[in-house]
Amino acid sequence: MRRAYFKNNWIAALVVAPQLLIIFVFFYWPSSQALYWAFTLEQPWGGGNEWVGFENFVFLLSDDRYWQSVRVSVIYALATTALAMGMALILALFADRQLRGYKSFRIGLIWPYAVAAPAIGLAFRFIFNPSAGVASYLNYAFPDIWNPVMNGSHAMSMVIIAGAWKQVSYSFIFFLAGLQSIPRSLTEAAAMDGARPMRRMMDIQLPLLTPTFFFLLVINITDSFTDSFGIVDTMTSGGPARATNLMVYKIYEDGFRGLDYSGAAAQSIILMILVIALTFVQFRYVERRVHYT
Amino acid sequence: MTSASTSAVAAAAALFASTAFAQDKVTFEYWYGLSGQLGDVVQQTCDRFNASQDQYEIVCIGQDGYANAVQNSIAAFRAKQHPTVVQAYDAGTADLMMSGEFYPVHQMMADFGIEINWDDYFPGIANYYASSKGQLFSMPFNSSTPMLYINKEHYAAAGLEAFPATWEQFEENLKALKAAGQECAYGYAPSTWIDLEQFSMAHGVPIATNNNGYDGLDSEYVYNTTIHVKHMENIKLWYDENLLEIRTSQGGLNARDSFAQGECSHYFGSIASHQAVTNLVDGTFDWDVTMIPVYEGTERKNTVVGGASLWVLSGKSDEEYRGAAEYLKFLATPESEEFWSTNTGYIPVTKTGFDTLVSKGFYENAPYKGRELALESLTYTEPGPLTRGIRLGGFIQARSEWSNEIQAALQGEKTMQDALDTAVERSNAILSKFARTYRGKELP
Repeated sequence: MRRAYFKNNWIAALVVAPQLLIIFVFFYWPSSQALYWAFTLEQPWGGGNEWVGFENFVFLLSDDRYWQSVRVSVIYALATTALAMGMALILALFADRQLRGYKSFRIGLIWPYAVAAPAIGLAFRFIFNPSAGVASYLNYAFPDIWNPVMNGSHAMSMVIIAGAWKQVSYSFIFFLAGLQSIPRSLTEAAAMDGARPMRRMMDIQLPLLTPTFFFLLVINITDSFTDSFGIVDTMTSGGPARATNLMVYKIYEDGFRGLDYSGAAAQSIILMILVIALTFVQFRYVERRVHYT
Repeated sequence: MTSASTSAVAAAAALFASTAFAQDKVTFEYWYGLSGQLGDVVQQTCDRFNASQDQYEIVCIGQDGYANAVQNSIAAFRAKQHPTVVQAYDAGTADLMMSGEFYPVHQMMADFGIEINWDDYFPGIANYYASSKGQLFSMPFNSSTPMLYINKEHYAAAGLEAFPATWEQFEENLKALKAAGQECAYGYAPSTWIDLEQFSMAHGVPIATNNNGYDGLDSEYVYNTTIHVKHMENIKLWYDENLLEIRTSQGGLNARDSFAQGECSHYFGSIASHQAVTNLVDGTFDWDVTMIPVYEGTERKNTVVGGASLWVLSGKSDEEYRGAAEYLKFLATPESEEFWSTNTGYIPVTKTGFDTLVSKGFYENAPYKGRELALESLTYTEPGPLTRGIRLGGFIQARSEWSNEIQAALQGEKTMQDALDTAVERSNAILSKFARTYRGKELP
C-alpha cells in the first residue's frame, strides 16, 4: 500500500503546532497540575503544599462514600446509555423507513443536543416536580407515589431520564447515518425475497450497524461519566442523601465548594484513569468482535 | 457633516473624556456574592461611594453566590488577578484566616490613620471575625440571625395568640394548627445554620471542642451528644406525624415562599429575608417574627451572626488599599448603615447605627417592625466561649455531611442518633485533614 507523507517533517510540525498548543494549554497542563495536586495536600489560597504520596488516594479508596459515588455513577452511565441508545435506534429505524414527515422529525430530533445541560435540568425539574409540575397529576391520582425530593431512587431515575434525553439526538444522528450507508440493494433484495420490515431490521440493518453501535457505546458511556454535571447540579444537587452524587459532581462539591483541592484532584485522576481504561477495554476486546468485511 | 456623524464624534469625545477622567482616580475591585435584590443594593452602595468622593473608583462585580465569590477569588488570586475586596461568607472564615493572604482591616485602618471605634461593633458580630486577640480581620457587613416567621392569621384561626418561646410550646401550636385544619403548619428545610449552629448557640451547648474551634486546630465535633440530638429527633417525629412539611426549591416552593404565599404557618429563616417576605406577602395577610425558641429548662443565650464580611486581600498597592479603607469607612457611617438596613433586612452592625435607627422610630412601624428582634436575639447575653461563633476548617463540607445524614434519617434509612454519629465522624475526618493541610500553623 502506498502512503502519502511529507518529505519535510518541519512543515507537518508547523501545521499541527497550533492544535498541539491548544491541547497542551487546555488539557495536558491542567491534567498535570491535577496529577501533582493529587499527591500533595494543597492549601486553597496557595500558601504552600506538602508531598504526601498516595495518602489522598488511600483516603478515597477506603471511604465508603466514595464507593457509593462510583456505584451511582456506574448505574447512571449504564442506564442513560441503554435508554438513550435504545430510543435513538428505534427513532432512527423509523426515520430511515421514510415514513410520512420523516424529514421534519430528522431535523427536530437533532435539536435537543444543542440544548445546554442546565437548561435541560431546569425543564425536567419542572416536569418531575412532585407538587407543581406535570408529575404532580400522578401524585394527585395516587398520593405520595412520586417524590424525588425525599426518595433517592426517584431522584436517580429523574436524573437518568433527563441525561438520556440529552444523549438521544447524538446517537440518533449516527444511527441514521449508519442506516443510510447500508446499500439499498440489500434491503430491496430481502424485500423481494419476502422479508417483512421487522425481519429486515433484525437480519440486515442491525448486524450492519454494529460498528456504529460500538462507537456510540464508547462515546455515550464516557459522556455520561464526564458530562452529567449540569443536570445533577440543577435537578438534585447530588441529593437526597447523596443518592445522585455522581463522581463529577462530587469532584465539584469537594474541590470548589469544600476547598479540598487535593482530594478533588485525586478524584479527577481516578475518573480519568477509569474513562481511559474503559475506552481501552472496549477498543481492545470488543471492537475485534464487531468487525465485518 | 451629517447629524449622525456629529453625534458619533460627540460620543467618542465623551468616551475619551470619561476615560481620561477615570484615569485620575484610583480604581479598585470589589467582588460580592449576594445576588438578586440584595445584590442590587450592594451595587447601589458602590454607586453611592463613587458619588460621595472623586479620588477613588470602586468597581463592584457580582459573583452570583457566596460560594462563587470565594471560589472565583481563589482562582483569581492564584493568577494574581484578584480583587482588592471580597465578600466572604461566615462559614468560610476559618479557611480565609488560615490562608494568611489578607490585610487585617484593624491593621489597615490603623496604617491609613482612619479612626474606627471598634468597640462600637456588636460583640456577637465582631467576635465571629476577630483574631484570638480580639482584633477584626475582616469588616462586618451584611449581618443577620435567624428568626421564626409566623402567619398571624393562621394563629387567629386556630385560637392561638402567644408566639412560642419554647419548643414545647411550638409543638403545642403545631398541633393546635393541625387540629384547626391547617394543612402545612411548619414549612421545613434542613438547615445547619439554623438547626445546628444557631440552635446550639441559643442553648449554650458546644458544636465542637476547643470552644467551637477557637482554641486550636485539633477540634472535634460533639453535636451528637448535646440537646441537638433531641431536637432533631423531634423534627423527625413531627415529620412522621405530619406536623411539618419538607419545603425545598427542588420540590417546588421553598420554605420561605411557602410561608409568603400563605401555605405554611411557620418558617425559620434569616432576618435578611424580612424585606423579601414583606414584598412577597404584599399585605395579603398579617405576619410577624419572633426569636427562635429554646427548650424548657434551658437558659437562653445569644445567637450569632450569619451573613458575610468584607476581606481585603493581600498583594495590592498602597493606593488600592487606601481606596478600600475609604470604602470600608464609608460603609461604617450611620448613613450607609441606615441605607443598607432600610433596603435589605440585614441589621446594623454598630451600636451607633442601631441607635440612630431606633431614635428615628425606624422599628416602630411596618414594614420594619420586628427587625429589632434580631438584634435582641444577637445581644441576648454577652457572648461567652460557646456563643462567640464557630471557627472550624472545611466547614462547608461539614455542613454538607450534616445535611446529607439528616436527609437519610428523614427518609427513614437510619435513626437520627445514627445519622448524627455518622455526620460527626465524617466531619471529624474533614477537620483532621484540614489540620494536616495547615500542619505547623496556628489560628491567628
